[in-house]
Amino acid sequence: MIAAIATPHIRILAILPEIVLLGGAILLLAVGSLVQRQLRARLATVCTLVISAAALGVSLWQWADVSGRGPFTAVDHAVVVDGFSAFVNVLVSCAIFLTALVADGYLRREDVVGPEMHVLAMVSASGAMIMGSANDLIVVFLGLEILSIALYVLAAFNHRRAASGEAALKYFILGSFSSAVFVYGIALVYGATGSSNLAQIAGFLSKNVLASDGLLLAGMSLLLVGFAFKVAAVPFHMWTPDVYQGAPSPVTGFMAAVAKAGAFAALLRVFVSTFGVLRTDWQPIIYALAIVTLLLGAFLAVVQRDVKRMLAYSSINHAGFVLLGLEAASGRGVSASLYYLFAYMFMVIGSFAVVTVVGRRGDAAHDIASYRGLARRQPLLALAFAVLLLAQAGAPFTTGLWAKLQVVLASVDHAIPLAVVAMVSAAVAAFFYLRVAVLMYSPAADVGTVPGVQAPAEDARPLGSGAARAAMATEGDRTKAETQSEPLVGIGAPEIPPTRPVWTGIERNVAVLNRLNASLLLDGDPVTLGPALGTAARDSGETLDVTAVRSAGPLKVPPLSAAAIGLCVAVTVVLGFWPGPLTSFAHHATLLFLP
Amino acid sequence: MLHAAFLMPLFPLAGFVVLLAFGRRIGEPFAGWIGTAAIAGSFVSACVTLAGLAGRSSAARSLTCSVSCGTAAQPHAFFTWISVGGLHVKAAILLDPLSMTMCMFVTGVSMLIHLYSVGYMKGDRDFTKFFVYLNAFVFSMLVLVLANNLLVTFVGWEGVGVCSYWLVAFWFHRDSAASAGKKAFIYNRIGDVGFLLAMFLIFSKTGTLTYVSVFAHRHLLSGGGTATAAVLLLFLAATGKSAQIPLFNWLPDAMEGPTPVSALIHAATMVTAGVYLLCRVNPLLALSPDAMWVIAAIGGATAFVAATIACAQQDIKKALAFSTVSQIGYMVLAVGTGAYVAAIFLMVCHACYKGLLFLGAGSVIHGLEDEQDMQRMGGLRRVMPWTFVTFLTAWLALAAIPPFSGFWAKGDILTNVYGKSLPLYALGLLTAFFTAYYMSRVFFLTFTGRERWRETAPDGRPPHHSPHEAPWAMRAPLVILAFFAVFAGAVNLPWVHVGTLDTWLGPVFGSRLFAAHQSAGAQVGLALGDAVVAIAAVLVAWRLWRRSATRPALEPAFLRRVWYWDNVYDAAIGRPGQALARAYAVVVDARVIDGAVNGAARLVRSTATGVRRVQTGYVRNYVLGIALGMAAILAFMLSRTWWS
Amino acid sequence: MSIGPAWYLSLAAVLFSLGAIGVLIRRNVLVMFMCIELMLNAANLTFVTFSRMLGDIGGQSLVFFVLVVAAAEVVVGLGVVVAIFRRRANTTADDLHGMKG
Repeated sequence: MIAAIATPHIRILAILPEIVLLGGAILLLAVGSLVQRQLRARLATVCTLVISAAALGVSLWQWADVSGRGPFTAVDHAVVVDGFSAFVNVLVSCAIFLTALVADGYLRREDVVGPEMHVLAMVSASGAMIMGSANDLIVVFLGLEILSIALYVLAAFNHRRAASGEAALKYFILGSFSSAVFVYGIALVYGATGSSNLAQIAGFLSKNVLASDGLLLAGMSLLLVGFAFKVAAVPFHMWTPDVYQGAPSPVTGFMAAVAKAGAFAALLRVFVSTFGVLRTDWQPIIYALAIVTLLLGAFLAVVQRDVKRMLAYSSINHAGFVLLGLEAASGRGVSASLYYLFAYMFMVIGSFAVVTVVGRRGDAAHDIASYRGLARRQPLLALAFAVLLLAQAGAPFTTGLWAKLQVVLASVDHAIPLAVVAMVSAAVAAFFYLRVAVLMYSPAADVGTVPGVQAPAEDARPLGSGAARAAMATEGDRTKAETQSEPLVGIGAPEIPPTRPVWTGIERNVAVLNRLNASLLLDGDPVTLGPALGTAARDSGETLDVTAVRSAGPLKVPPLSAAAIGLCVAVTVVLGFWPGPLTSFAHHATLLFLP
Repeated sequence: MLHAAFLMPLFPLAGFVVLLAFGRRIGEPFAGWIGTAAIAGSFVSACVTLAGLAGRSSAARSLTCSVSCGTAAQPHAFFTWISVGGLHVKAAILLDPLSMTMCMFVTGVSMLIHLYSVGYMKGDRDFTKFFVYLNAFVFSMLVLVLANNLLVTFVGWEGVGVCSYWLVAFWFHRDSAASAGKKAFIYNRIGDVGFLLAMFLIFSKTGTLTYVSVFAHRHLLSGGGTATAAVLLLFLAATGKSAQIPLFNWLPDAMEGPTPVSALIHAATMVTAGVYLLCRVNPLLALSPDAMWVIAAIGGATAFVAATIACAQQDIKKALAFSTVSQIGYMVLAVGTGAYVAAIFLMVCHACYKGLLFLGAGSVIHGLEDEQDMQRMGGLRRVMPWTFVTFLTAWLALAAIPPFSGFWAKGDILTNVYGKSLPLYALGLLTAFFTAYYMSRVFFLTFTGRERWRETAPDGRPPHHSPHEAPWAMRAPLVILAFFAVFAGAVNLPWVHVGTLDTWLGPVFGSRLFAAHQSAGAQVGLALGDAVVAIAAVLVAWRLWRRSATRPALEPAFLRRVWYWDNVYDAAIGRPGQALARAYAVVVDARVIDGAVNGAARLVRSTATGVRRVQTGYVRNYVLGIALGMAAILAFMLSRTWWS
Repeated sequence: MSIGPAWYLSLAAVLFSLGAIGVLIRRNVLVMFMCIELMLNAANLTFVTFSRMLGDIGGQSLVFFVLVVAAAEVVVGLGVVVAIFRRRANTTADDLHGMKG
C-alpha cells in the first residue's frame, strides 16, 4: 500500500496574479498560433492588455484582502501574501500594461508578427511577482530565473539588430554567472541556518546570536551579489548600459522597471526582514554600494551620446537612490524604496516609450542628435519627454521629487554623508536630463540664425529637405565626413550605409551645440561626443546622425504609444501634485510587511 | 445668507479665469463688462452676506465660515491647504464685522472703478489684460480680507502686491512705468520680509497661525519683548503696503499706472491693507503699548510729512498720491492710538472721496489728452461740469469741511488722539491745516483761474484745443462716489449711538478699543477747532491760488523733492549696494562661483572619461568586475568574523 | 580515513571557484556555459552535503529546482548563441564588444 502523499494546501488567491499572467501567456501563445496572421498583432495586444488588467484587479483584490485580514503565508509557507507583495504585484501589473501599449507600436513598425514579445513579457513579469511574494530563498531564485530567462530572450528579440544579440548574450552570460553565485549563496545560508525558508531563517537568527558565523556571512554576501547584479548596483552594473542599449527599446523600459522592482522587492524582503538582525554586517556594504552606484551612474551618464545608454546609466543612479532606502533598513526606508520603484516605473517606461518612438524604424536613431528640435516637430512628445526627464531629475511637482525626498529623508537620519552624496549625484544627473530637454527645445537647424551662412528657407522642417542641403554641401565637408565618420560607428550605425554629409554649416551647428554645452556648465569642448567617439567625430558627428535619422523615415507616434506616454506623464505629474495616495499606499505596504 | 460669503472671492476669480482664457476673443468692450459684472456679483454677495450678518446678535457676528456655514464650533475649510508637522493651514473664511466692512467697500468701490475703467481704457491696446489684472486684484484683496489665518492673508497680501506691480507697470513700454513697477514691488518686498518674520515668530511661540487660535494663546507671546517684536514686524509689513515712513516713496511713483488703478489700488483699497492687518491683529497690539506708540508716532509723522510734500506738487496725481500717504498716516495714527473704529471709519470715507478724486483727476487727464501737469490746467469748471461738481464734493470732504464725510472721520481720529497724547494731537491738527491747504490748491489750480491749457506750455508743448467731458460710464461712478463722499459720514455720527459703525465694529475690538472719554462740550470744542482750521486753510489757499498758478516760494525744492528722501536712500543704500553687487559680479560670481561650477563640471567629465575606459565591452571584463566586487564583499564580511 | 562533510564542502568550493575562473578566462561561449554549469553544480553539491549534515530532506529537493533552472538556462543560452553566431565564423565572447563606454 502506498502511503498517501501529503500535498500542501494551496490558497489560490496567494498566487492568483502569477497564475493569471502565466495562464494568460500560455493561452495567448496557443490562441495566437490559431488565428490569422493579420489578426495576431492586434489580438496579442488586446489580450495582453486584458490579462494585465485582470492581474491588476487581482492584485488590488489581494491588497484589499490583506488590508482586511492581515498577511498570510501559503503553499507550505513558500509564498507570503502581504501588503508588500500586493504592492509589487500592482506595480508589475501596471508595468506590463504600459509595456504592452508601447510594444504594440514597436512590433508593427518593425514588422514582427506574433504574440511572443507579449508572452515573454508576461512570463517575465510573473517572475518579478514571484520574487515579490517569495518566502523561501529557493522561490526567490525561481522567480529570479523566470524573470531573467524571459528577459534574455526579450533582449535578443530584434534579431535584425546585431546589438540586440550582443546585448542578449552579455546579459545571459553575466546573468547566469550571478545566478550561480546566488544559488551558492543560498546553499551556504541553508547550511548555516538549516533552512531556506525566510521565516525559519529569521527565527533561527533571532534565537542564535552568531554574528561571527563565517558561513552565514559568506552566504549572505553571495546573495547580495546576486541581487546587486539584478538591480545594477556598481560594480555589478556593467551589463546594464550594453543591455539597455542593445535590447529593443520597449523591452529596455520594461526591464528597467520590472527587473529592478522584482529584484529590489526580494532584496528588501530578504535583507531588511530576514537578515534584519545582522544589519550591522550588511549595512556598511550597502552604504558603499550606494555611494559608488549613485556617483558612477550619474558621472558616466554625463558623457553618453546614445540616449538609451544615458538612460541606462541614469537607471544605475536611480538604483543607488533605492539602495538608500535599503540602507536605512527601517520601515520608512522600505516604504521610500517602494515609492521610488513605483514612481520610477512610470517615468522609465514613459521615457523608453518616447525613445521607442523617436528611434523610428530600425530602432536605431538613439543618438542625442535625433532629439534636436523635437519640440518643433512633435511638441507634445517633446513636452512629455521633458516632463519625464525632469521627473527623473527630481523636479518639483513630479513623483520624482517625492521619491528622492523620501529616500533621502529615510537615510539622512543616520547616514548624512550618504544623503549628501545622493544629492550631489542628483545635481550631476540633472545636467544630462536637462541637456536632452534643452536640445529638444533648441532650434532644429541654426543655419538660418548664424550670420554669414546662406540658409534655405525651409528651416521649419529641417530633416525633410535633404536634397536642397545636399546641393549646398561643399566638397570639403563631404570628404572630411567620409574619412572621419569611421570612429563614430557605434552600435546604432552599422545597419546604416556609409553616408555623405548633406548638411551645410555643420561647424556652425556644432559650435551652437558647444555653446549650449558651455551654457550648461560644461566646457566648449563637445562633451556629448565623448572621447570614445574620437575628437575627429566632433566635426562630422551631427552629420552622420542626422542622416541616419532621415533615412529612418518620418517620426510617427502610434496612438497606443501615445496613450502609454500620456498615462505615464499623467501619473507622474498628478501624483507629483497630489502625493498623498501613493505615499500612503507605499507606507501601508510597509506596515503590512510580514517579517 | 452667510453662504454668499464664499461667492465674494469666487466671482472675481471666475472673471479672472474667463478673461484670461477667452479675453482676447471676447475683446473690447465686452471683456470690460464681464469684469464689471463679476465684481457686481461680488458686491451683491457682499450685500447679502451683510444682511445675514446684521441679522445675528452682535455677540455672534464673528465666525469662521466653511462650506457648511454657521457651525462656528467646527470650522471646516474649503480644503486643508498645508499640513506639515504642527502647521495646519486651512483655507477658511473669517467673517466678522471688520472683514464685512472691508468687503463692502472693497467690492463697492471696485465695482464703480471697473465701470469707470470701461470708459477710461477705451481703445487701449491691452484693454482685456487690464481687466484680467483688475479682477485678479479684487480676488486677492478679498482673500486678504477674508482669510482666517495669517498665511492665507499673506497669500492675498502677495497677490495684491503682484497685481499692483502688473498694473503700475501696465504701460511697461514707458521706462518710467517699468521702473515704478519695480520700485513698488521692491518696497513691498521689504515689508513682506517683516510679515514673514512675524509669522515665523508667532508660529514658533503659539504653534498656530489661525487668528482665533493665535489670539486665544496670545499670552504665550507676552514677555521678553516678543509681542513688541511681532507687532513691529507686522507694522513693517504695513508700512510697505500702506506706504508709511520709511517705505512710502513707492506710492507717488506708482502713479505711473493707469488712473483707475491709482484710484482703486493706490488710494481706496490695497494701500489700506496695512491698516486692516493692524486692526485684524489688534489683540496682539494690545500686548505691546510700546509698539503702539511707535505706530502712532510713525503714523502722525507720515501724515505730516506727506501733507507738506503734497503742497508743492505740480503733477495732479502725485499731489493726490501724497495726500493718500498722508491720509493713511492718519489711519495708522488712529490704530496706534487704539481708535480702530475711527481708523476704519476714515478708511471707508477715504475710499469714497479719494477714489472720487482720482477718478475726477482721471477724467481731467482723459479730457486733456493725458495731461497731468496742473500748470497746464485751470478754469476747467466750465468745460467739465460733472467732473467739477463731483470733484468739489470730494475736495470738501478731504479738506474736512463740515458736514462732509471727511470732517466726521478725521474729527473722530483727532478726538481720540487728543485723549491719548497732546503732541500727537497738535501734529494731527497741523496736518489737517496742510491737508485742507494742498487739496484746495489742487482744486483751484485745476478748475478755477486762467485756462492755461489754451496756451503753449513753457516747454513748448502745443495748447490743448478741445477738452471734453467724460462719457457716461465714467460719469456715473463719479456721481455715485460723490454721494458717498458727502454722506458717508452718516454711518458714524458722534451723537448717534444706535446702528453706527461704533456699535457694529465695537465687538470686534471689545475692551481694546481706546475710549476717549471727552465731555460733550470738549467734543464740540474739538470739532469746532477742526472746522476752523480747515476753513482757514481753504481761505488761505483761496487767497494764494485762486488766480495765480506759480508761486515758487511756496514750492521749495525741499518739498518738491520729497524731503530728499529718495536721494538719501540712493546714497545710503542704492549706490553702495550697486557697488557691492558689481564687485560680487566680478569677483565672487565670475571667479569663485563660476570657477567652482566649471571646476566641478570638469571634474565630473574627467572622472567619467577615465572610468568609462573600464567599460570595455568585453563580457569577460564584466565578469571580472562582478568577481572583484564579490571578492571585496566577501573579504569585508569575513574580516568582520575574524575580528569579532 | 573517513571523508567528512568538510571535504564535500571544500570540493564544492573548489568546483565553484574553478567555474568562476573558467568564465573569467575562457573565450569560447560554450565553454563559458559549461563553467557556469560547474558553478551551479557546486552549489548543488553543497546543498546535498548540508542536507545530509542537517538531516533535512529539504536541501536535496532544492537541487531539483536548480537542475531544472539550469536546463532552462542552457536551452535559452544556446538559442541565443545560435541566433548570434549563425552568421559568424567563430564563437568567442570577445568578438562581441560593439557596445562599450
